Parts: sequence; structure tokens; C-alpha cells
Amino acid sequence: MKIVVCVKQVPDSAAAIVVEDGKVNWGDAPIVINPWDEYAVEAALQLTEKYGGDVVALSMGGDKAKEALKHALAMGCSEAILINDPELAEMDASGAAKVLAAGIQKVGDVEMAIFGKQAIDNDTGVTPAMTARVLGWPMISLISAVENIADGSIKAKRFMEEGNQIFESKLPAVASIVKDYSDPRYPSFMGIRKASRAEIPNLTAGDLGISKPENKVKWFGVDNPPVRDITNEKIEGETPEEIAANLVSKIMEEKVL
Amino acid sequence: MAKILVFIDQYKGEAGMASWEALLAGKMLADKLGGGLSAVIVGSGVEALANTAFHYGAEEVFLADDVSLADYRAEAYALGLAKATEAADPEVVLFPTTTRGRELAAMLAIDTDSGVLVDATEMDVEDGAVVATRPIYAGKVIAKVKCEAKPQIITLRARAFGKPEADESLSGNITKLDGLMAEADIATKVLDTEMVEGGVSLTDANVIVSGGRGVSNNAGLEVPGDITDEKEIEIWKATQGFGLIQELADVLDAAVGASRAAVDANYISYAHQVGQTGKTVAPDLYIACGISGAIQHMAGMRSSKVLVAINKDGDAPVFKEARYGVVGDLFDVLPAITAEFKKQLGK
Repeated sequence: MKIVVCVKQVPDSAAAIVVEDGKVNWGDAPIVINPWDEYAVEAALQLTEKYGGDVVALSMGGDKAKEALKHALAMGCSEAILINDPELAEMDASGAAKVLAAGIQKVGDVEMAIFGKQAIDNDTGVTPAMTARVLGWPMISLISAVENIADGSIKAKRFMEEGNQIFESKLPAVASIVKDYSDPRYPSFMGIRKASRAEIPNLTAGDLGISKPENKVKWFGVDNPPVRDITNEKIEGETPEEIAANLVSKIMEEKVL
Repeated sequence: MAKILVFIDQYKGEAGMASWEALLAGKMLADKLGGGLSAVIVGSGVEALANTAFHYGAEEVFLADDVSLADYRAEAYALGLAKATEAADPEVVLFPTTTRGRELAAMLAIDTDSGVLVDATEMDVEDGAVVATRPIYAGKVIAKVKCEAKPQIITLRARAFGKPEADESLSGNITKLDGLMAEADIATKVLDTEMVEGGVSLTDANVIVSGGRGVSNNAGLEVPGDITDEKEIEIWKATQGFGLIQELADVLDAAVGASRAAVDANYISYAHQVGQTGKTVAPDLYIACGISGAIQHMAGMRSSKVLVAINKDGDAPVFKEARYGVVGDLFDVLPAITAEFKKQLGK
């Protein structure tokens, strides 16, 4: 079974991000693999360990995106591919989905394309479902456990707001993975060494046989969120009861209950 | 002609407040753009819900009602939605940012060769098009975006567009859609559904009481003698701490939240996590107990109206963002606060 896992590089979630001169700036915070994508890589590896096959990590972006791919390789993916073409820069989610779909088709004979739930930079969370739609494959989102894969079909559990849905779906399919699936493994020493030596091929739009998809979403710019106008007030008292009485009276005055 | 189409996210015939909020936001847009307000409902046996949509302001409901839509399957729902979009020919399609709403908006964008503006918190109209404000980097940055194709597809953050009110005197027309997917053509079969226990949803909650790593930090707590393992003792203490949080939440009809540190330490399930890799919330009142205030947590709750912080450590960063701060042990203070709320709220 061949699985493609799509990964993205993002600034670390602990980064203090500010907008300066109309651009998002994360200072010297490290660029890491999107935390959600680590679950996707882990799921892909576990599935091929159980059912056989290979995991190909796929990313799109400039040279920085190689870091995310190297992390995926160090975790155990057998191959990494970077779609790296200046012509494909600054794409919206629908454009990214069209390019990733072309990348997945280029890999060929893929039974599952697995994504993280969303990327923590743009927070759209729509690329997996868009990619599924472009490919014409079923979208099986927010998977927390896979029970079985056999005869071109997957039986798994997926998250919904109201509970979990146990379902069976035909493959190939696009899946997204949630945190409950399993903690992602740490890259092994051998894995890190292998990843650092790996040559990651760059694919261009031409290699994929596509031209740049037209952006549908126009950005007018980014800004810092409005400063919260807060007056800090410490609530004190001699006893917990006194503190509670003072605090509750203040909250009641806010008329939020 | 219908100008605004709103997707009503129903499950087993019930829709959450976020869908009615989307109708309210749709009404605002329809007034500005000078068009009508329609809703689309996809499901099985969901005609009764159309009346509720009318009460919340829809003038017309497109109904994709078929037994094949009893369980949520993305492809089958996406086709119902595409049929409604074709029939309504709207300028704008709005969704609540629920998991289904987000997914179907994405699929509709590909089906209609358009794009999607995700999780908008504000909408303005400029030159007949919607300019949406949406938080990125979990709210550390805000972006202004516009969808330059038709329909403009936008998902709306819960609690960001006002409180809808039903008017039971309102009614409207129902248009039933056909050409839906036959069961045999749907690649996914639902075998079973495990419902989670009730409780207040974090994203819809008016009040959230949250716990962090500090909920296990009580040296004075007497641990039962049969628990000796260090990690088990920690978890046992955390369970007591979250028990106190739950009691306060019950009195306030609040949802229970948690920091990533508490979830990573296995104090509580991931479903409760608030922050950049959890849920983004915007309650009127957020009570943070034993939460230090890491950037990634604060990013997920910075839209809360009133933030109360309770922490032993008076230097914890959470106090800088808090309207009211209590420096103290949550094990002492929380029961007293719960008792005081009961008294003042007459519960």
C-alpha cells in the first residue's frame, strides 16, 4: 500500500507572532513541521507497518519546507518530495489543493493521502477536503483509529462533534488525522542521520503538468489583533470565602451571566 | 432572486446555535446587498427544521431530504449542497465553522470553482463583495480577505455575529431538491455511532471554566493509601481538581476547558483543550484555574470578554491578561467561589 502524507512547515506554536510592516514576523522562533502533521505521519507509518507498503512525504513551498520533510523522513517515511516552484508561490487553499492533488497523482498508485487536521499558521483546515474533491476521492476526516484495511476498503473511527462515527470507506481516499490517533514518535538517531543525507527531489509545475491555479481568495493584508483594553484587578480577602464573595460580586457586576 | 444561502448544520434533526447565528449574519448581508435570505438543509426527515429556519429569518429553504442522508457522509452531503447552490444561484454561501461546515464549504469551493474564507469573525461589504476578517495563527494575527469568485463562500465563527432570536410568526417556501446520490454510489458506509456524553460545547459556551497543570498541584491533599505510583497520585489529584472545576461549571451552566499541559499530562481528554492546537473559544466569562498562560493557550481564548485567573503563582503570565486575578490555591478558593455563586444566583 502506498500512502502519501502531506506536511507543511510552520513557526513553532510557542512563537510570539507579531505583524511588522504589514508582514507576519515570528522572530527567531524555529520553523517546525506543523504539529497536526506529525499525527498524520505517525498514522501513515503505523498503517504501513501493519499492512505493508511505503510512505511518501509530500510538501509544497520553498527550501524551508525541506525541514518539515526531513522531520517526516527522520520519523521513518521512505521518500520525500518537495513541490518547489517560484511560479507556485502565494497560493490560496484551493490552489494548494489542486497542486497537491497533482503531486499525489504524480506519485501514482496511491491508496491513501493523509493530512493533519489543519495547519497552525493559516488555520483554514480546508485543504484536505479540497484535495479529496479535486481527486474525486472520498474524504474521511478526523480519524482517531483505524480498525482494518483490506480489499481496497478501510474500516475506521472518525470524530464528529456529537460523537464518533465508525465507518467503512472505499480506497483510495483522503484522510485527516486527529490527536487521539496516537502520539507521534520521536525521530530515531538513525532516522535523523538518514534524513540529513537524503536528497529531496524538487518538482516544478512543469513536472506535474500543471500551470498555477488561479487564486480565489484575495488577501488585503494582516494586522495585529486589537489590543485588549484590560484593567488588572487583584481580588483579595482574609479567607477563601471572603475572596469568593468579592470576586463573585465583581463578576455579577459585569453582567456576563 | 436569492442572494445569500446559509447552510444549516444539522445532526439527527437538530441544529446548533451556530447555524442560527449564520442566518442572523446572512440577514445582515442580505440587507446590505439587497437580496433575499435562503437556507439549505441536508439530511433525512429534516423538514421540521425548515420551520425553525424560517423562524430565524430564512425566506426560503432548499431541502435535500433523503434516507441516504441520515448519517453524515461528506460526498452525499456535498452533492445536496451543490444542488441547492445551483438552484439558489447565491452571491454568498455562509456556513457555521463546525467540522461539517468547514468540510462542506471546502468541497463546495472546488465544486463551484470558488474559494473559501474560513472562520470569519467580522464581515463588511465593499463594492458589493464581502470583506471578511479572520484570525490566523490562532488569533495572534488577523487577516482581511475577500473571495473573488462566485459564490463567495464564508464560514463564520460561533458567537461572533450576535444572538439570533426566533420569531415563530415567520414562515416561507420549501423547495425540495432531487438528483441526490443513490446509496449504491456512496463510497462510505456508516456502521455505528458512539455518542459522547452531553455537556456544554466549548465553542458555543457562554461561560468556560478551565484547568491547567496546576490542578494537580496540591500538597495538602490526602491521597488514598492504595495509590502509590507517582504518576497515579498526580492523576488522582488532577481528577480532584477537575472535579472542583466541574462543580463550578455545573452551577454556571459552563463548559469545562483545559490547557495543553493538562491534556498532555493525561488529566483530561483532548476534547477539552483550548488553544492553538485545540479549540478557539470566545465566551463572555472565562475562568482559568491553575493555568500559567502560555502563548498557545492565550491565543485560543483571547476573545473572551471577562477573564478571571486563579493561580498560586502571582507572577504567572495569565494575570497580565486577566480582568480579575486571585492569587491562591484553587483547592481552597474554587469551592468557596462555587458556594458563593450558588448563593448569589439563587441555585
